[in-house]
This record gives sequence, C-alpha cells and structure tokens, in this order.
Amino acid sequence: MSTATQTIEQLASREYKYGFVTDVEQDSAPRGLNEDVIQLISAKKQEPTWLLDWRLKAYRTWLTMKEPTWGNVKYGPIDYQRIIYYSAPRKRPAVASLDEVDPEIRRTFEKLGIPLEEQKLLSGVAVDAVFDSVSVATTFKEKLAELGIIFCSFSEAVQNHPELVRQYLGTVVPYSDNFFATLNSAVFSDGSFAYIPKGVRCPMELSTYFRINARETGQFERTLIVAEEGSYVSYLEGCTAPMRDENQLHAAVVELVALDNATIKYSTVQNWYPGDREGKGGIYNFVTKRGKCLGASSKITWTQVETGSAITWKYPGCVLMGDNSVGEFYSVATTNNWQQADTGTKMIHLGKNTKSTIVSKGISAGHGQNTYRGLVKIAKGARGARNYSQCDSLLIGDQCGAHTFPYLEIKNSTARVEHEASTSKIGEDQIFYCRQRGLSTEDAVNMIVSGFCKEVFRQLPMEFAVEARKLLSVSLEGSVG
Amino acid sequence: MLKVTNLHAAVGGHEILRGINLSIDAGEVHAIMGPNGSGKSTLARALAGHPEYQVSEGEALFEGENLFAMDPESRARAGVFMAFQYPVEIPGVHNAYFLKAALNAVRAHRGQEELDAVEFMALVHDRMKQLGIDESLLNRPVNEGFSGGEKKRNEIFQMAVLEPRLAILDETDSGLDIDALKIVAHGVNAMRRPDRAFLLVTHYQRLLNYVVPDVVHVLADGRIVRSGGKELALELEERGYGWLEAGASVGS
Repeated sequence: MSTATQTIEQLASREYKYGFVTDVEQDSAPRGLNEDVIQLISAKKQEPTWLLDWRLKAYRTWLTMKEPTWGNVKYGPIDYQRIIYYSAPRKRPAVASLDEVDPEIRRTFEKLGIPLEEQKLLSGVAVDAVFDSVSVATTFKEKLAELGIIFCSFSEAVQNHPELVRQYLGTVVPYSDNFFATLNSAVFSDGSFAYIPKGVRCPMELSTYFRINARETGQFERTLIVAEEGSYVSYLEGCTAPMRDENQLHAAVVELVALDNATIKYSTVQNWYPGDREGKGGIYNFVTKRGKCLGASSKITWTQVETGSAITWKYPGCVLMGDNSVGEFYSVATTNNWQQADTGTKMIHLGKNTKSTIVSKGISAGHGQNTYRGLVKIAKGARGARNYSQCDSLLIGDQCGAHTFPYLEIKNSTARVEHEASTSKIGEDQIFYCRQRGLSTEDAVNMIVSGFCKEVFRQLPMEFAVEARKLLSVSLEGSVG
Repeated sequence: MLKVTNLHAAVGGHEILRGINLSIDAGEVHAIMGPNGSGKSTLARALAGHPEYQVSEGEALFEGENLFAMDPESRARAGVFMAFQYPVEIPGVHNAYFLKAALNAVRAHRGQEELDAVEFMALVHDRMKQLGIDESLLNRPVNEGFSGGEKKRNEIFQMAVLEPRLAILDETDSGLDIDALKIVAHGVNAMRRPDRAFLLVTHYQRLLNYVVPDVVHVLADGRIVRSGGKELALELEERGYGWLEAGASVGS
C-alpha cells in the first residue's frame, strides 16, 4: 500500500493544472458597489435606459436583502465592497475574425486546450468565448444565422436584439429572486444569448467557455436561452479558473425559456479553482439557474458535473407550466479536500401531466461535504404529475460527509412521486479486486467513480463526457491512500 | 516458478500461517486442501497481496522475484492471478471495459502494445467460445447481480483473457452446481501449459475429479502437514481431515 500512497500523494501535490494568469491590459471599475458603478457598467456597454433602470431596481432591492444562511456550507463573510464589479480587456477585438483576437488571450485558450480555429474546423462546435466578462470571439455565427439562430454575447444581444432581451430577461429568474441573483441582475457584465426560431433544430452543440482571469474580479455572467415552438438546442458550458489565494465570488444567472414542443438541453462541467489542500482559496460559486417550460410538451434537461469551487450553491430547476412538459436534472457533484457543495434542483409542477426526473450523484472525499437539496412541488392544478428522484452518495475515506434534504410539497392527490436514496463507500475490497487485475489504485478509484456516475455521464454529449471523466479523476486525486 | 519459504502471515494481528514451505514448478497443478480455518485462503490472499494480510516472516520468490516487495498490481502484471472466493461487484462498470483496462495494464508491463477495442473483442469472443461462457456476461456491470455461479465463471473468463503465469484459485469451486464446476474445471484444463502453474485452494475433493493435480498439499493449523500425489485427495475424501490434524498438533 505504501508505494501507492506515495504515488497518490505526489499526484495530489501537483499544482492545479489550469492555474496561470494571462497578462492583458485591464479596464476596471473602482472597487466596491454603488449606483455610480452600475451606471458605469451600463454606460460602458451603451445600454438602453430600460436596462439601466432594471439594474438599479435590482440594486435597490439587493440593499434590502440578506445573504442566505440556510445552505449547508460554511465560509467567512464576503466583503462586497472589496470586489471589482467590472473589468474588460482594453483592446476590444473585432469579432469578425479570429486573427484579430489578442494573441495573449488566444494563447490562454490554447493552454486550456481549446484552440478556436481547430474547433471551428474540426468539431462543429460554435464557441462564444467569454473572457473576463467580454466576448472576444464568436464562431459559426454565419452558419447559425442562415437558420435564423441567434447566438452571441449578452451585450451584443442587448444592442442588436433589444426586443427579445426585453421580452424575456427576468421572466424566469426575476430581479428580486434571491440575494445572489439580485446582485447579478444589478451588476452582470456579460454572458451568452441564444435564440432558436420556430421549428429549427440547432445543428451543433452551442458552447461557451467561461474563465475568471482578472484578480479579485467577481464574475457575474448572465445567460438567456429562448427556444421557440418546436425547436431544439443543446448548450454546453464548461469552465476552468486560474489559481488564486483570495476567494473569488461567482454569482451567475441562467434563464431558459422553452415554448410549445421545444427542447433545451443545458450541460455544465464546472471546474473553478477548488482551493488548496488546506482549504485555502477557491471560488465561491453561487449560481441561480432555472428553466421555464412555458409551452405544452416542452422539455428542459439540466446536466451538471460539478468538480470545482470551494463552495458550490446551485439548484438548476424547472418550472413546468405547459401541460405534458418534462423537466430533468442529472447531476454529479464531487467534493474533495475542504470543498463544500450544497446542490440539487427544484421541480415545480404547474401544468397537467407534467413529469420530472432527478438523478443526483454526490461523491465526497477528504474533508469534503456534499449536500443534495431538492424540492419537488406539485401545485393544485397539476393533475397527473409524476416525479422520480434518485439520490446516491459515494464516500471515499471516513472524514467526509454526505447529506440529503429532499423537500416535497404535494397539493394534488393524483400526483405520483418516488424518491430513492442510497449511500455507499468505496471499499478496500473493490480496490484490491481491481489491483489484483493489474490496475493501479488511482485507476481503480476512477473506474469505480465513473461507474457510479454513469447514468449522468450518459446524458452528456460525447466529447463532454470524456472531459468530465478526466476532470473527475483530477478532482479526486489524493483521495485514497 | 514459485518458491515459498517459511511464510508466516497474520490477519488483524492474529497469526494464521505459521511457516509454509511450498515449491511449484512451471506446468504443475498444485492443490491446497484443508479444513476450515486451516489458512488456505490466507495463503492465497497473502500471495496476491491483500492489504489486510500481513506477512511477518518468510519469503515468496516468483520467477526469482521477491513477491512481498511488490504491490498487488505489480504482482498481477508480472503474471500472478487470483480467482476470488467472493468476487467483488463494481456497479456501473462494464465487464468488457474493466477487462480491457486490466489486460492493457498487464500488456503494457510485458512490453506489448495495447489492444484496441476491435482486437480486444476478437480475443474475448475467442475465449468465451473456448470456455462456453455466455456473451451477455460482457455487457453487464462487473459481477453486479451475478449469481454465485456466474461470478465464478467470470473469474475463470478473466483468467483466460489475462493469461497469467501463476493462477491461484481461492475456493473457486465452493457453492457451485455440477455444471458450473465443470466449466471452471474445463477452463483450468484448457489453460494448462508447460509454462503456467496453478494453485487450487479447495475444501472439497470434487474439483479434483475434473482437474487432476500433480501435487496435493494438506494444510492444518497454518502449516503444510502432508504433501502427496493426487491419491492423497481421495484418501482425504474417505478419511476426512481429522487424522492429519491430530498429527499436526502432535508435531507442534
């Protein structure tokens, strides 16, 4: 065992692979938050007055709100006046051609293994790259435009499609929704916007890579996806973040709207810096993601693989308004070392014969604490609603924790709700069995963990599933010795 | 091929093996028999490197290499295979995927190229046919929901794919019906080769009706109290272990 332990310790002490800082001239707002800063953000983005007003309303509401404390996570107080709420690369490149993108930024993307030109040529993935709050490159736009699909940065959407943004912004996550979403509504810097017209099946996976780069700059992304009647879109979101000593706040909002017979698949691989082995540093990830199945027989699927962040607080949910609409949530959350995750979903059944499925896989290692928190709500009018929930926890070692908080609110007697839960431990016997067949301890753990997560990985697009498996093994390095 | 000298081993601080001496040449089949608690399985697991079994004294040379200085995966890659008495379930991991990873780890150690999916499947189908094992086994998660017999057959199947130099079967025959027992025996017989050795740990003589051993050892109270040819197994079947155990305690 001792050799294996040493190998694993070496692996664990390896530095966070994506921890590097790109030197790009920054254009930042002063530290702290007040109405002037919000005016500045809005002015920098040349926003219409209605949007500035919306931001200010959010800000004034936020001032009256208290940071929530019900989550099963512990962290020191966040000083919101120390945060820089806006920063952008000064040389704002033209989006028309990749050649015009700042070479420094492109090198960063290459280090991350996402050379845009290659993706453009080979993978058929259109990438809207968000780099420090401003989009620097957008590909495949023309091809998508032929189909009437709009896929651009949020700021561009505000300029070019203000009527769409105005129609849907805040309709799923209102500006007063919760402390972090309200903060985001006041200060969001950029994000992505996608609009799929009636009857169009988006021919490629849409994807965005987020990356925190500027020192002490909170990230406040805002994403809005609207799928018109009978349309289909699959959206991928993946992130890595460079190493930091100070904690960084990340409070994103994602809103999805699916009209009659529309389908939205939203997949996330989250790998923000988790902090070091002593629990120092790491990203605080407080995210509000919600989809509205507005139309009949519409469907929204959330799939998330959460391996990073010091603290994860997110509950991607579905509001099932349309009759026969379907909501799904597939999640893998891992916590190693001192990471804490409080994550789950909310399925709100309003329409008739609405269906939801929840599959949650929590993996805890080291001193990690992993909480599943999920709400299934069946409203009075939701006749024939059905929910199936499955929450499994896997423990590695004996100092970590797994917690499950399922909430059920059922107001209609025709509802059928099932909940299954299990907790298991990776056994010494399982590891020995693999080693006796020639596999290293590390490979054995990876194999056992991917087997455990299989139902969720199956929901991810192929190339993402491969990446997710890799991330999982990196995030669990050093967990068995 | 394997030379064990004065092996002492303990589980949870409790000494089980008290000086085992054993020598197995390439091409031979040795059977280890003995009553419950005599240390048969401890011997198998100590040789395979199970972390709960501590070797306190003695050595085991495998092809001249000190086995106890190697971690379990290195022993496996060097060609030591153990068929488990209680094969472990690994939910969600396909048998084929698991076996391919294992085979490629072994092949990498031998300096052979990794097999791709097509080559691997060809090999696997060949072995399944040879052993008369149902192909549905491949697409099921490792041992999950397998019957006792299926688990043991799966062990033999893995052995056939991994092609070890030394195969240790830890009571693989226990709890099997006669058909499953024949499949296990057939697997061992089909794999006998001049450069491969087998160590069969068994409580009952019946496996030895189908696999004829070169040497039979009787273990009692952590020591080998008698070694002989295949006729020794028959004698045990007739007389039980009592007469040998009595001898062992007198000797100690």
